[in-house]
Amino acid sequence: MTNLTVQAKSQAAVSPARRISSLLFRKPKLRLGLLLAAPLSWLVLIYIAALAALLVTAFWTIDSFTSQVQMGFSLSNIQQVLTDALYRTVTLRTVGIAILVTVVDIVLALPIAFFMAKIAGPKLRQVLVIAILMPLWASYLVKAYAWRAVLSHDGILQWILAPFGGQTPGYGLTAVIITQGYLWLPYVILPIFTGLEKVPNSLLEASSDLGAKNLMTLRTVVLPMLVPALVAASIFSFSLTLGDYITVNIVGGASQMLGNLVYTNVGAANNLPLAAAIALIPVLLMFGYLAAVRKTGALENL
Amino acid sequence: MKASALKLSAIFVGAAMLLSACGTANPTASTATAISKVGTGEGKLSLLGWPGYAEDGSNDPKVDWVTPFEKATGCQVTFKPYGTSDEALNLFKTGNYDAIAASGDATLRLIASGLVQPLNTKLIPSYKGVYSFLKNRAWNTVDGKSYGVPHGYGANLLMYNSDVVKPAPTSWNVVFDKSSAYKGKVTAYDSPIYIADAAVYLMAHNPELGIKNPYALDDKQLAAAVTLLKAQRANVGEYWSDYLKEISAFQSGDSVVGTTWQVIINSMSPKTKVASVLPTEGVTGWSDSWMVASNTKHVNCAYKWLDYIDSPKANAAATEYFGEAPVTQAACQYASAGFCDTYHAGDVNYASKIWYWTTPIAKCLDGRTDVQCTDYAKWTTAWQEIKG
Repeated sequence: MTNLTVQAKSQAAVSPARRISSLLFRKPKLRLGLLLAAPLSWLVLIYIAALAALLVTAFWTIDSFTSQVQMGFSLSNIQQVLTDALYRTVTLRTVGIAILVTVVDIVLALPIAFFMAKIAGPKLRQVLVIAILMPLWASYLVKAYAWRAVLSHDGILQWILAPFGGQTPGYGLTAVIITQGYLWLPYVILPIFTGLEKVPNSLLEASSDLGAKNLMTLRTVVLPMLVPALVAASIFSFSLTLGDYITVNIVGGASQMLGNLVYTNVGAANNLPLAAAIALIPVLLMFGYLAAVRKTGALENL
Repeated sequence: MKASALKLSAIFVGAAMLLSACGTANPTASTATAISKVGTGEGKLSLLGWPGYAEDGSNDPKVDWVTPFEKATGCQVTFKPYGTSDEALNLFKTGNYDAIAASGDATLRLIASGLVQPLNTKLIPSYKGVYSFLKNRAWNTVDGKSYGVPHGYGANLLMYNSDVVKPAPTSWNVVFDKSSAYKGKVTAYDSPIYIADAAVYLMAHNPELGIKNPYALDDKQLAAAVTLLKAQRANVGEYWSDYLKEISAFQSGDSVVGTTWQVIINSMSPKTKVASVLPTEGVTGWSDSWMVASNTKHVNCAYKWLDYIDSPKANAAATEYFGEAPVTQAACQYASAGFCDTYHAGDVNYASKIWYWTTPIAKCLDGRTDVQCTDYAKWTTAWQEIKG
């Protein structure tokens, strides 16, 4: 009896904060809902809504003279993007560049990541991780313009190569691949490094105990375990290259990529609907790629 | 999981269809008439123009021709600079601006969409002093009604590195038919309007095409220009639209010949030996006009600004800062020594060789009525095709 009154008294004196916390404790679903409300509304409002707006805009048309957007339903932009040779050429070029950048980056990243994960001591490893992250501190534009200076006909590359009869590639697609390969390299090294760290050393030892040579071990033990990490790394370099238009503007000479077509259609031609239709190409390519790699389990590795 | 994803995407697409089907906007042409009297200023004026067209000292304390105007008229000026003619069109459509300084590739579009009003030039005293070759032209006058007063004009010249390009060129053929001699080091202006440069060249070298005005091209003539530009594309190192990019490319030797503006020639470092020429075929160029919004609430202030910017002292300051020729001879006495000579201000012979930027429209600008001409949208598509 006395016990009960004491409890009632303390309940009356309880603060609102405490009441809310006990409510949340009793209702786990409400707790989860509130916790996810902010990120989910961000995702829906900013991300999904933007994508929906893009899709909608692709069906509008434009008055060619006054460049006023006509809000009606028309498939002409989609049709133009699908049938015009220009968009096919540029799409193939963009995908080609993205694939080459990815291959170059993975080839460069594998030995570095292997050295970091398996050979370097803990101190050296730390130094290397910092060294790889260091370029990310500098602005993207500064790095791209630095490459413009390096690749120029009176730049440092020409100066180094000239005595050996070589020559700078100058501005063009090669320059784009070099520059983007440089820009995205840290994003490729890090997932591969994490992937390699997960490969236990005991497996490597066991493999060599059973008589496998180094290359054999690499091919049959390390690589299969590394596939998800490689795919994760390739998503970064591939998707980042696919959407880029600034690097190609700075070092690409006269060539254009999908991003440039979007940019000129918004900026110069003022044709937002066509730009939206073109922008759907990389979106669809990325969706296709992500769907394909979902099966490899690489997405858990990001 | 799969089913719900499907449902979600169905809702998503459905919403998209619904949204895309709503409403169609129709542009209407202006039927407005010009005002008959300029009263006292309304106290406010909002301007839109190329960077450097209305400086109030906030970018450089020494460069200020807006403050004297504000003091004299009581119209407080706000200025918004834009980067391209198309961006200008978009911004002006918001209705937030009373007046705009537009180039010829935008003016006709502004007039056609009814965004600007016809002007009563009698109410603009300094308009009398403006060079007559800039008045009543295709890019500022429609059906005898004047829609804009000139701000400044200039030519797109041929610039070349005189150490590399020998002998000194007198023709555009160094960037067209003979461009292979400088393969990978040719540059060109990155805009659909550059097609007109090719048309100017064809006008002189392929008279059988019958081009009379580089901005009035029928399908066959446009195709010829596109062929010429595609051949040029093979030798182009890079295109430029940012003038700083062209300066850096010439200074590093990555570009040695191509189209340019006088202001770029002036900003080249003396180490790079460049020269420029007005080729025998003639050139394209620009003549920018100040226009007044049709729905402005500050029409008196706008007229006062139009009068002010064409007055000798203000026009000298504005055009010298930007790097183009002033529109009135009287401006020359306020500009630095030699300025008017460098920019060939008032040189009628020089000016007659300039084909000023004009928006290409379906109704041929050269007066032909038996064919449809190609409009700006077609030029844009063609330009993307040329770049490939």
